[in-house]
Amino acid sequence: MMALLLRDLRLAFRAGGGFGLGLAFFLLVAVLVPLGVGPEPATLAKIAPGILWVGALLACLLSLDRIFALDFEDGSLDLLATSPIPLEGVVAVKAFAHWLVTGLPLTVAAPVLGVLLNLAGQGYLWLVVSLAAGTPALSVIGAFGAALTVGVKRGGLLVSLLVLPLYVPTLIFGAEVVKRGATGAEVQVPLLLLAGITAGAVAFLPFAAAAALRVNLR
Amino acid sequence: MSVWEYANPKRFMQVSRRVLPLVVGLTVVSLVTGLVWGFFFTPDDFRQGSTVKIIFLHVPTAMMAINAWVMMLVASLIWLIRRHHVSALAAKAAAPVGLTFTLIALLTGAFWGQPMWGTWWAWDPRLTAFLILALFYLGYIALWQAVEDPDTAADLTAVLCMVGSVFAVLSRYAVKFWNQGLHQDSTILKVGEKDPIDVAYYVPLVVCIVGFVLLFVALVLMRTRTEIRARRLSALLARERLA
Amino acid sequence: MIPDLGRYAVAVLSSYGATLALVAAVIALTLWQGRRVKRQLAEVEARQGKAKTDG
Repeated sequence: MMALLLRDLRLAFRAGGGFGLGLAFFLLVAVLVPLGVGPEPATLAKIAPGILWVGALLACLLSLDRIFALDFEDGSLDLLATSPIPLEGVVAVKAFAHWLVTGLPLTVAAPVLGVLLNLAGQGYLWLVVSLAAGTPALSVIGAFGAALTVGVKRGGLLVSLLVLPLYVPTLIFGAEVVKRGATGAEVQVPLLLLAGITAGAVAFLPFAAAAALRVNLR
Repeated sequence: MSVWEYANPKRFMQVSRRVLPLVVGLTVVSLVTGLVWGFFFTPDDFRQGSTVKIIFLHVPTAMMAINAWVMMLVASLIWLIRRHHVSALAAKAAAPVGLTFTLIALLTGAFWGQPMWGTWWAWDPRLTAFLILALFYLGYIALWQAVEDPDTAADLTAVLCMVGSVFAVLSRYAVKFWNQGLHQDSTILKVGEKDPIDVAYYVPLVVCIVGFVLLFVALVLMRTRTEIRARRLSALLARERLA
Repeated sequence: MIPDLGRYAVAVLSSYGATLALVAAVIALTLWQGRRVKRQLAEVEARQGKAKTDG
């Protein structure tokens, strides 16, 4: 499993592997929104939590179809399916690799973009905490969507359509944490709910994704 | 005789052919009765005026929008557990009908909300949840269309339906948390309690609900029959190509 | 004929109109698909000399 993780990470960091693409997209969103909305600091501060979360979510979405598609095409997914590691484990490792390549950098970069969007001072801590708690769910849910559509040619758009409704609870609670954090309000409830969704998704969705992969590999 | 008899496509076709005219007849009778009653013979509400007549469309379609998804979930589970093709095809057949009901509920809600709340659309929990439900239907239908092999498509959509159900419920509570709404609570089940819905509306509303339930059943039966025929057609064509 | 809907006539009528239109659309789609598939199946069954298998 360790070898699989390292292999996935190496592939991602290689040129054209997609690392940094999500990050660049996230940066672009944070730059484009003030250009569209206008530079008033108060307005920006108000919408910053939502924009940052939506940006992170879309940046995550960009690289989803890479999780399984390339391995499916060159046949290495069949090898993985027959390997001693259970397919559920393969899914979990691949989702974890996806998170390390997209979710983690997004979490680290988010405070910088928060400055661009004039996020209130108390919000930074909760921005990082909520992204750290929420992005793993984005990767696992995304892996499930990618597993469903792995046999579909040009499934990128389909993945978005399938995955976006599943992202709704994470987005709502994640943005709520930042919004409350930025105004100094109580954050415990949404944060716990956010973490609960992540925990549930990480625990159960690899099974669903592995079932979908088995169907697609039949 | 067990229920599973009807899972045999041939048996299903025979029985549904005989049942369908009856269901269609009852649908027409109850829908026409309910809607004509609701539209022409109900008094105006003292606060909501004539817009109260929208309830006869809004409530039944909203109920059926959710019930259709539940029916798809049950059919998907039966397919995954017992591998009856009719079940998978019935789930596929129900999705566009459910999507239509969701859209009707959203549209009539907008027409109702405009004079009552002063806005076509508000990010009210129920409205938002229905919008998300419509997205789930779209994704489900899109996945059926995208996957070529029918059994693979049936399996994948069944898994999506199960996972989607969990997330749909989560979203429902998430949006409730996110925004307290303008939407009033359901009053249908409060008959006998204080502040119930008036009998003048209750009776035609029940007729309309029955009508929309029957409409759903009739449409799903028809569409399932079409799906079964389509499967047979593609099987025959495949055999022709081999020969 | 049409009851007096007062100042909300537009809302009520457009609700009923939109609903009837959408219901009619889904019924029409269902019937159209049904007829098309039934006709194609009948053609192929006749060509292959199969007995008709359903009504």
